[in-house]
Amino acid sequence: MSGPSKKAPAGPESFAFSAENQARIEALVAKYPEGRQASAVLPLLDLAQRECGGWLPRAAMDHVAELLSMAPIRVYEVATFYTMFNLRPVGAHFVQVCTTTPCWLCGSNEVVRAVRETLGIGPGETTEDGKFTVTEVECLGACVNAPMIQINDDYYEDLDFDRTKKLLEALQRGETPTPGSQTGRRYGAPQSGPKTLLATASGKGKA
Amino acid sequence: MLRDEDRIFTNLYGQEDSGLAGARKRGDWQNTKTLLEMGRDGIIQAIKDSGLRGRGGAGFGAGLKWSFMPKEVGAKPHYLVVNADESEPGTCKDRDIMRNDPHKLLEGCLIAGFAMAAHACYIYIRGEFIREAERLQAAIDEAYEAGLIGKNACKSGWDFDIYLHRGAGAYICGEETGLLESLEGKKGQPRLKPPFPANAGLYGCPTTVNNVETIAVAPEILRRGPEWFAGIGRENNTGTKLFCISGHVNEPCLVEEAMGISLRDLIETHAGGVRGGWDNLLAVIPGGSSVPVLPKSICDTVLMDFDSLKEVKSGLGTAAVIVMDKSTDIVKAIARLAKFYMHESCGQCTPCREGTGWMWRVMERLVKGEAQINEIDMLEEVTYEVEGHTICALGDAAAWPIQGLIRHFRPELERRIHERQVGGDTEAA
Repeated sequence: MSGPSKKAPAGPESFAFSAENQARIEALVAKYPEGRQASAVLPLLDLAQRECGGWLPRAAMDHVAELLSMAPIRVYEVATFYTMFNLRPVGAHFVQVCTTTPCWLCGSNEVVRAVRETLGIGPGETTEDGKFTVTEVECLGACVNAPMIQINDDYYEDLDFDRTKKLLEALQRGETPTPGSQTGRRYGAPQSGPKTLLATASGKGKA
Repeated sequence: MLRDEDRIFTNLYGQEDSGLAGARKRGDWQNTKTLLEMGRDGIIQAIKDSGLRGRGGAGFGAGLKWSFMPKEVGAKPHYLVVNADESEPGTCKDRDIMRNDPHKLLEGCLIAGFAMAAHACYIYIRGEFIREAERLQAAIDEAYEAGLIGKNACKSGWDFDIYLHRGAGAYICGEETGLLESLEGKKGQPRLKPPFPANAGLYGCPTTVNNVETIAVAPEILRRGPEWFAGIGRENNTGTKLFCISGHVNEPCLVEEAMGISLRDLIETHAGGVRGGWDNLLAVIPGGSSVPVLPKSICDTVLMDFDSLKEVKSGLGTAAVIVMDKSTDIVKAIARLAKFYMHESCGQCTPCREGTGWMWRVMERLVKGEAQINEIDMLEEVTYEVEGHTICALGDAAAWPIQGLIRHFRPELERRIHERQVGGDTEAA
């Protein structure tokens, strides 16, 4: 685990939340009992990261520490402990490829290969135009729809080499591909359609 | 096959509206006030009678766990915390409860919270589940608006708040005390027990942490009666269970089945069978990445429940069934899990922090056969040095897959080493 080390870029001198986010922060902090405002550190860092374009400069961490009356070191500890916080800038499309065993069994190597071929970069790298950053991640919890990748806030599932390529090319063209299964599956149901729950709720549970 | 009438999660595949109107049509929130009138003891007794065991992996009796909360509320408030930090490789069941049947979870929160005299509940959802969190938050907002939760929830006279809290990417926060630390705004490093959360949990207050599925099935158990739930499955392993079937099957899927269904039946009835047929099966990890792998010979007959899988030295865990056919490099499959545990170790306890990395490095060499035969025994010994010597069960979880591999696939490990040695000699000559 690497802290906000020498390698992390300095980022802006100062940071302050937008007016819109300040209102959100009030609601977030109100979820926790009085004096327990530190509980809001994850949501606040998440908001800060979004506002900074996908990463957390030190000024943002310091600001969160100040807002929550925490020692800055406690916020750095948190920011470096959780994988979703980026301590250096990432591309507009943050491509996270799951390669843990269930995805690997179903061909995550092919997904990585398609990413490499389409974007010309591998895990840990950013394209020269700064549009894409690729990273390898651990299980994202969509294993019956493996292999899959997460791009920013969305999951793209049931991938293979061609479908991954198609997806990334659509993003390159500035399109917005539909998240979820890329083979048209309904959530975790079998590909050929549900085998259970065929006579669904409509018949059942009517009081 | 479990009859559709006995399934609890009737919108598992999102065929219908996941919102309040749809949920009500499916029977949720129908007589919640009457259920609460059973009283704290009545609810806990019913859950005990149903035989419900925790669905998050450990399989501890849910009713018993609830009963550990103090009988009287003292100076400190009681909390219910729902563990929705679903991160065990292979597992994706809570995700679909939260996005397709969120009201089952919320109604369960009210009932469980009431039973343990809690006025507040935090649902800790893994950070990556952003869309799922949106769906769940929308359901929470609907429930507040309809007066189902909040002040005088369901006109029961009980005030009950539900707050959604998003994590930020850390497997260890699925461990209950790691989760509590995280919820308090710290690194998710597990706490030493005792004190147990029922005495000193969130903010030092009495707390019960339960998995999403455990909480979400509670209302239906009360509604239909504990005998109904207890009548499904086998003794001590009752009820229905969500199974996630991934890997080398023709149709990977999520399905609700009876506890104690045979593994073969589960795979063939619901997941379209093993790729290339049952005889093409190599091995199955039956309960998420933490439990030991089983070779085909055991898979032929084993039943999918806590006790049956424990008998064959594995476990039901989260009931995430990872299927591997004969094309699988089984050593590599387990080595990848070793890497997972190294990545996810929180770094607090030395045996786990150092051991997970050490085990992974040896596993990587074993994949290629770059090892001595006696290193297999050495690796096994090290797994026992890690297991049971750490604050939380992550050390155990890192050790078990490797133990399972050595137990059932030692000849494969030896073959690779021999081949490498023979190959090495040829190269040298």
